[in-house]
Amino acid sequence: MASTTFEAGVKDYRKNYWTPDYVPLDTDLLAVFKIVAQSGVPREEAAAAVAAESSTGTWTTVWTDLLTDLDYYRGRAYRIEPVPGDSNAFYAFIAYPIDLFEEGSVVNVLTSLVGNVFGFKAVRSLRLEDLRFPLAYVKTCGGPPNGIQLERDRLGKYGRPLLGCTIKPKLGLSAKNYGRAVYECLRGGLDFTKDDENINSQPFMRWQHRFEFVMEAVQKAEAETGERKGHYLNVTAPTPEEMYKRAAFAKSLGAPIIMHDFLTAGFTANTGLANWCRENGMLLHIHRAMHAVLDRNPYHGIHFRVLTKCLRLSGGDHLHSGTVVGKLEGDREATIGWVDMMREQFIPENRARGIFFDQDWGAMPGVMPVASGGIHVWHMPALTAIFGDDACFQFGGGTLGHPWGNAAGAHANRVALEACVEARNQGRAVEREGREILTEAAKDSPELRIAMETWKEIKFEFDTVDKLDAPARSLVAN
Amino acid sequence: MAEILAYPTTQPRGETFSYLPPMTPDRLRKQITYLIAQGWAPAIEHTEPHKAFSSFWYLWKLPMFGEKSVEKILAELEACHRANPGHHVRLLGYDNYTQSQGTAFIVFRAGAR
Repeated sequence: MASTTFEAGVKDYRKNYWTPDYVPLDTDLLAVFKIVAQSGVPREEAAAAVAAESSTGTWTTVWTDLLTDLDYYRGRAYRIEPVPGDSNAFYAFIAYPIDLFEEGSVVNVLTSLVGNVFGFKAVRSLRLEDLRFPLAYVKTCGGPPNGIQLERDRLGKYGRPLLGCTIKPKLGLSAKNYGRAVYECLRGGLDFTKDDENINSQPFMRWQHRFEFVMEAVQKAEAETGERKGHYLNVTAPTPEEMYKRAAFAKSLGAPIIMHDFLTAGFTANTGLANWCRENGMLLHIHRAMHAVLDRNPYHGIHFRVLTKCLRLSGGDHLHSGTVVGKLEGDREATIGWVDMMREQFIPENRARGIFFDQDWGAMPGVMPVASGGIHVWHMPALTAIFGDDACFQFGGGTLGHPWGNAAGAHANRVALEACVEARNQGRAVEREGREILTEAAKDSPELRIAMETWKEIKFEFDTVDKLDAPARSLVAN
Repeated sequence: MAEILAYPTTQPRGETFSYLPPMTPDRLRKQITYLIAQGWAPAIEHTEPHKAFSSFWYLWKLPMFGEKSVEKILAELEACHRANPGHHVRLLGYDNYTQSQGTAFIVFRAGAR
């Protein structure tokens, strides 16, 4: 090794970073990128270039390369696969040795893997489709501060999905009027209400005032219903210091749960807040503003399943997952894929759901998926069937838009949910028999009957922009 | 548009299924059948209503590990109810895989007819 001599100049990346014979180690971090190379650049060279630029390489050789064991540290492109139904793009599989990354730092992993390489000229477009975090790395991360099992035990809620609602209008309410909306939702039967992500601490409602009125509403609804309630108090703030101050105030008021936007605030802030939540017995709801900027374009960016994995490592007890059925983007099989990624212990490779690698989470707690956006009582049967019990369904307009007000809207959703769960447990095909199940339940609930009349015509039938790549879809059809 | 109905004063509830009409024997049997089919261990808890907010209710005997008979579980629920007529009585299913409860719902509600 020491006998290697230094040759200045530009080398083909393939020479060092394309290793088709390489067998990945259990401790390697594995990535799959979807690449469209510049015309004239061979696929192996483009894949090797991505491996190099996202690990040890730079555009030219440097003499200091010879001072280290680059064979140990380099990322390796080890497999290329065609993207079904697309002759321009291909998948490149890359293995990175675990020692390239700081322990417990999603920040460091992302800085390497989706850093400079995304602006790299040799590729026309690049998308990080999936990542396999080795268990050895998972064990260095804190993960969800509480997890699904602990959340259920704290709240005493078993055998059904949870129900929430985002308070609207998203901006402009005073603290007391906002608390009124919270109280009505919770006393009507919801488990949670939620700050809109846009709500931080604006002139119309400063955060302290919101926290105080909201917690009075939560505690009154708890005393009256005898059920545990919560409101996701958004502590997303301009600085980490301010974020912790708001979190501590929420705790002092007895709040069971706070909320954070992990992408706009960043992984450093999120991981720190997750640690704070673990130390302070606080549930952490995670919103995902900005995700579609990163994950919606099929040829550029980072797939949401990767963001999901990063969040689980960074820490959060709830994460917005998409609904499949509402107003926001979400392919059904792909959504089930990342929902599994949030809450299961071991998720095997499953191309029909866009999952490229086995992922072992070890004993790391699970994240509860949150389905939110344009959903109402008529979606309840499908949501129950798709998500099962360990999920939170959030009806914003579908609660607050009820003609009789928030409490009636909340009540309608709760009746619909319990009717669907009961029917499922009885062995009925909830999705197919949804109309009958809801109609039967509405006989005992005028609130549900009116909700069903109000929303029966609303559908969201635009096609998904970010589809799974073609043969995966045909697998699903089979 | 129908006339606006005033939402009533808030009623005490009891989590899962407490927004549906009280369980009939037939509906209850189906839920117990489901609980058994999931492989969960049935258990019964009861409490005075004013202590219901606690995580811990009185445990009735021990969880019925391995019990597959719907009728035996129903009989235990009845026995617990007879012995504690003023109490809420709930049925739960311990799930040893998740180290949690797969379900929990009130079967006899204090003060209900």
